[in-house]
Amino acid sequence: MQFSVNGKSAFAYTAAHELDPGKRTIVFIHGAGLDHSSFGLQSRYFGYHGWNVLALDLPGHGRSEGPPIPTIEAMAHWIFDALQNLKVEKAGIVGHSMGSLTALECAATQPGRVERIALLGTTYPMKVGEAFLEAARKNEQAAFDMETIWGHAAQVPLGGNPNPGMWMYGDTLARLARLAPGVLYNDLKACNDYASGLESAAKASCPALLILGARDVMTPPKTTKALEEKLKGAKKLTLPPSGHSLMAEAPDATLDALIEFFS
Amino acid sequence: MAAPKYPGFDTLALHAGQSPDPATGSRAVPIYQTTSYVFRDTEHAASLFNMERAGHVYSRISNPTVAVLEERIAALEGGVGAIATASGQAALHLAVATLMGAGGHIVASSSLYGGSHNLLGYTLKRFGIETTFVSPRNPENFRKEIKSNTRLLFGETLGNPGLDVLDIPAVAAIAHQAKIPLLVDATFTTPYLMKPFELGADLLYHSATKFLGGHGVAIGGVLVDSGRFDWEASGKFAVLTAPYEGFHGMDFEEESGTRAFLLRARREGLRDFGACMAPMTAFQILQGVETLHLRMPRHVESTRKVVDFLKNNKQVGLIGYPELPDHPDHELAKKLLPKGAGAVFSFDIKGGRPAGKAFIEALRVFSHLANVGDAKSLVIHPATTTHYRMSDADLKKSGIAAGTVRLSIGLEDPQDLIEDLDRALKAASKI
Repeated sequence: MQFSVNGKSAFAYTAAHELDPGKRTIVFIHGAGLDHSSFGLQSRYFGYHGWNVLALDLPGHGRSEGPPIPTIEAMAHWIFDALQNLKVEKAGIVGHSMGSLTALECAATQPGRVERIALLGTTYPMKVGEAFLEAARKNEQAAFDMETIWGHAAQVPLGGNPNPGMWMYGDTLARLARLAPGVLYNDLKACNDYASGLESAAKASCPALLILGARDVMTPPKTTKALEEKLKGAKKLTLPPSGHSLMAEAPDATLDALIEFFS
Repeated sequence: MAAPKYPGFDTLALHAGQSPDPATGSRAVPIYQTTSYVFRDTEHAASLFNMERAGHVYSRISNPTVAVLEERIAALEGGVGAIATASGQAALHLAVATLMGAGGHIVASSSLYGGSHNLLGYTLKRFGIETTFVSPRNPENFRKEIKSNTRLLFGETLGNPGLDVLDIPAVAAIAHQAKIPLLVDATFTTPYLMKPFELGADLLYHSATKFLGGHGVAIGGVLVDSGRFDWEASGKFAVLTAPYEGFHGMDFEEESGTRAFLLRARREGLRDFGACMAPMTAFQILQGVETLHLRMPRHVESTRKVVDFLKNNKQVGLIGYPELPDHPDHELAKKLLPKGAGAVFSFDIKGGRPAGKAFIEALRVFSHLANVGDAKSLVIHPATTTHYRMSDADLKKSGIAAGTVRLSIGLEDPQDLIEDLDRALKAASKI
């Protein structure tokens, strides 16, 4: 669904359903350099099981007009602007990586509008290595390679994809190749610069679930302790075979966790 | 953290797409010889059918053994994914039928495998898909024939029969200016000798029957998508960007972005046309792929030795091998095929059809048959076999002389091959 946010064209995947005011809404927010289709299986499930689904393309990603938004705080504002324009008062939010920080910020800044947050492949602080940032700033292929290789568990290039016939590395590289120059850098810098994660976690009053990949090298599970302590009552699920790309590497386990959490 | 590194080609050829079988620990790829898969419950069944969960439903659409081959070839080519098909011809048909219906138009190289030429020039024409054939030697020929309904440019990485080298970067640029994709048949080069996606191609396919399998025991094809072509931005592919009633109103590009083409090809093309690969076939082709990186250098090395022998033989006329300086695409081959120009080539025997026939009949190591890319060396004389109905004049129009012989150089001792050829050429000279 194409719609307008702040005068610019934006896109939300709705699983081919019209928004129904009588249904609960679940928002999906993608990670750095990605788009709505990274939640393909999971968002489709909810769309066909009684939910309004809004799997958004952040500005400058997928089918949403740029430029990209430079900070996590501004991304959260944009999410609420989008919901406002779509007349959605309240929603559950699923965020992956950069999207998880945005979901956290949403829950902190307008707690009355956020039912629950599921944070996938998350941590705080979400620091990005200088070499990675610099390569992204220069729009070098090395940045796409780092995003691709570190974005999956080490066994992914040698293992089987749960999605028959697909090559996960190739998919990520193809998505990144479609980005306008500077978008990946924008996203990585936004993650790196986000400084109020613990304060926002403390303010977030809605139920929260962390879904982590045991083999995630971008946001390793061992680094989430501070975030967990601030997110009172948060549940945590660590998926043993997965790296950072939980929705692709462990699609069923991720979906099952979301179904249980949002039911 | 150290800079990350991709696994090398050789490692991917052995491992990509498969982890040890979770049920048994089997290191080798298990042959899942099954038509269908038991659902956990009715909810699980519904989710699989509606593409809310990953998994297998029915082996015409996907199969775990076949999926290993698909993922492995996608990894070797650098694509988003692949679909294995019943043959290389089925892969070409699947690509075309996914992109267009009646009213569609293709601009194709005239230097094609005869089966592909038949499919495009005659069979698809019956279904309303037209093809204009152009000489691939000048990429601008493709541009000149693009029309408002053109949906695809197509050529072979190394064309039949003269081994024309397709200038993929130039033809891809022309395709992309017209907002249409470039499909290449990469059978003769394999991902070991050339990576067409790195040169700009958008889609490719192999007759896996040939070098990928290498053993000549299984017929199959593999269609691979780079995921780089933006179907939405093109505006010419409603088949991928508009709701499709045949799949519950799905907009494939909206649903899956980079995976849109393969999603429709699998969910419509395999489902409805049904030209899928059997699991045993996938297993057999995988055995070949595991040694592709060892076989291809030997194929090329032996080919060079054979070509070197032939070029000094008085009974031999023109040799169509791009590594030779007098081949029209020699410079392009050096640029696009630095690892070698493959192991299939043609040459002319002086003496016309009778000499060609005598040559074939005198060979002992080379097998006389209609195939290429086998571990065993192969030979065919088009004028007395595949093109036997054609006059010498018509043969000439197709770039084939009455004495043209096509060789596919295998993995035997190259000296044995040379001696076999020498003996046969002497026999031909007596005609």
